[in-house]
Amino acid sequence: MGKYVIRRLLQMIPVVLGTTFIIYAMVFALPGDPTAGKCGDRGCPPAVVAEIREQYNLDDPVPVAYVKYLGKLATGDLGENTYGIPVTQDLAQRYAITGKLALMAIAIEAVIGILAGVLAAIRKGSFLDSLILVSTLVVISVPVFVIGVLAQFYFGVRLGWFPVTVTSRNPSMYQLLMPAIVLASLSMAYVTRLTRTNLAENLRADYVRTAKAKGLTQRRAIGLHALRNSMIPVVTFMGYDFGALLGGAIVTERIFNIQGIGGYIFQSINHRDGFAVVGAVTALVIVYLIVNLVVDLLYGVLDPRISHD
Amino acid sequence: MTDTPQQSVTATAGIEPGEPSTDVAPAREAAAPARSLTSDAWRQLRRKPAFWFSVVLIALFVAMAAFPGLFTSIDPRQVFDVRQEPSAEHWFGTDGQGYDIYSRTIHGARASILVGILTTVATTLIGGAVGILAAYFGGWLDTIVSRITDVFFAIPVLLGGILFMSAFPSDQSTPYLSVVLKVVAALTILGWPSLARLMRGSVLQVLPNDYIQAARALGASPWRIITKHVLPNSLAPILVVSTINLGVFIVAEATLSFLGIGLVPPAVSWGVAINEGLTFLRTFPHIPLFPSLFLSLGVLAFIMLGDAARDAFDPKSR
Repeated sequence: MGKYVIRRLLQMIPVVLGTTFIIYAMVFALPGDPTAGKCGDRGCPPAVVAEIREQYNLDDPVPVAYVKYLGKLATGDLGENTYGIPVTQDLAQRYAITGKLALMAIAIEAVIGILAGVLAAIRKGSFLDSLILVSTLVVISVPVFVIGVLAQFYFGVRLGWFPVTVTSRNPSMYQLLMPAIVLASLSMAYVTRLTRTNLAENLRADYVRTAKAKGLTQRRAIGLHALRNSMIPVVTFMGYDFGALLGGAIVTERIFNIQGIGGYIFQSINHRDGFAVVGAVTALVIVYLIVNLVVDLLYGVLDPRISHD
Repeated sequence: MTDTPQQSVTATAGIEPGEPSTDVAPAREAAAPARSLTSDAWRQLRRKPAFWFSVVLIALFVAMAAFPGLFTSIDPRQVFDVRQEPSAEHWFGTDGQGYDIYSRTIHGARASILVGILTTVATTLIGGAVGILAAYFGGWLDTIVSRITDVFFAIPVLLGGILFMSAFPSDQSTPYLSVVLKVVAALTILGWPSLARLMRGSVLQVLPNDYIQAARALGASPWRIITKHVLPNSLAPILVVSTINLGVFIVAEATLSFLGIGLVPPAVSWGVAINEGLTFLRTFPHIPLFPSLFLSLGVLAFIMLGDAARDAFDPKSR
């Protein structure tokens, strides 16, 4: 187990280096002057330009500048954005919001998705099953920006059940509820279908028949034996999804005006705020990789046949 | 989720018995006429209404993309009175600029279908080739490919697409095709690694089989082994996932256009039309309705086709 974790952590190093280098090269090596438009309508005075070029190592070739950046990164310093605020401080503030939103979305998709999947699998072929399957197809097909705007309009503006946009920098659960549901909708459909397929397959397995033959109730046979064995692909999917959600939801955050990590990256890209983009993406990739590692470790808990020795 | 190892295992395992160039199951052949898995899957597919529904929809959308003149004679850039409700003259009404929505929706199919098909072909070819080579030759090649796919896995598609598109920005004077190709390039760069990983997995399933060993023992060249034995037996999972991905790429293109960095006006596309139409949601809901509907139906068609194909190729679901 310990060995496995260490090996996985070591494998992360080239991935983090590769990802940050690609992003760094994309942001800094491309045509266009990074100092343009930083001083309002007029061009920046030469002294400011020189300072910016010095700060971002723009006079060095990209690989050299990247190595210098890495040196600072290793000490936990992600640099400053163009407003002079440390990127780490920005990220900490944004991650609090994105993390809350992601947790709520995962909780919603787990509860509703698994419940719907179990119902569909138990009554496979019934009307309820078809209804659930068709609704997952609809949710998968309608793009999230359409779902988001429609939900905002009908539940926010027309019915007034939820706040239309999130105005606070420290939003409450209630304010984030509708965005979380919108964010969860797509993955909820996948969780439902994954649960249904796997559970339906496992319900036909020999061990479930044995369990029933021993006299176990339907509820125990399904809940204790079949469901637990069907959860591995579902947990895998939700784990990856959680990792992805922590990377921020650019579209959903934009629709509901949530000051999360996705919106931060989008704004920073638009403002050509190099260190902010690279820093945020680095953080996002590391979080994603760690979440994936935790998911892989969870396998062992769910299915004792899988061990990491 | 569709490219989890479990899925590809079942799909490839299913093909093995039907391998036409081997006689692994003479007993079964005696009982019933030999059928390859492909023809088996085809027999399965033909019976499904969902399959025919999606095929008809896809044919319609492809016809729209190729020959919009078949469906409408109104020029998408001709201006009428603004914000008219649907009528006999303007079936879907007119939008905020006074364009005929029906005509723009028909003409908008081209961008989505073009992006979807080109990206799918590119990702499948690149991902498939890299996956086969990595699995077949193994060693350092496999290690490098695995690490590269890891790197691209960690970058979210939308984020990568936004970075790519803002690195190579388009404006109104950029030719239509080059904007489309830029979107295709962005999605291809981010999309091929998952297919490479899937292909690598299914090739690794096929390689230990006896017929591969036999071909090797008979002195077949790697090219012959790959094209005659490995490829036909490991292709099903990647084709299924690629079909589903086509729908996903269409959504990605529309999302980029919605954010204002994919296709930009005057290009006619569903994403652009939805982006412009959503401002009228409160007052004239028909303006965003029709492009959203067509976009969703297009995505639905490809996802349903992929689903039906997966069920057909997966013997466990029968």
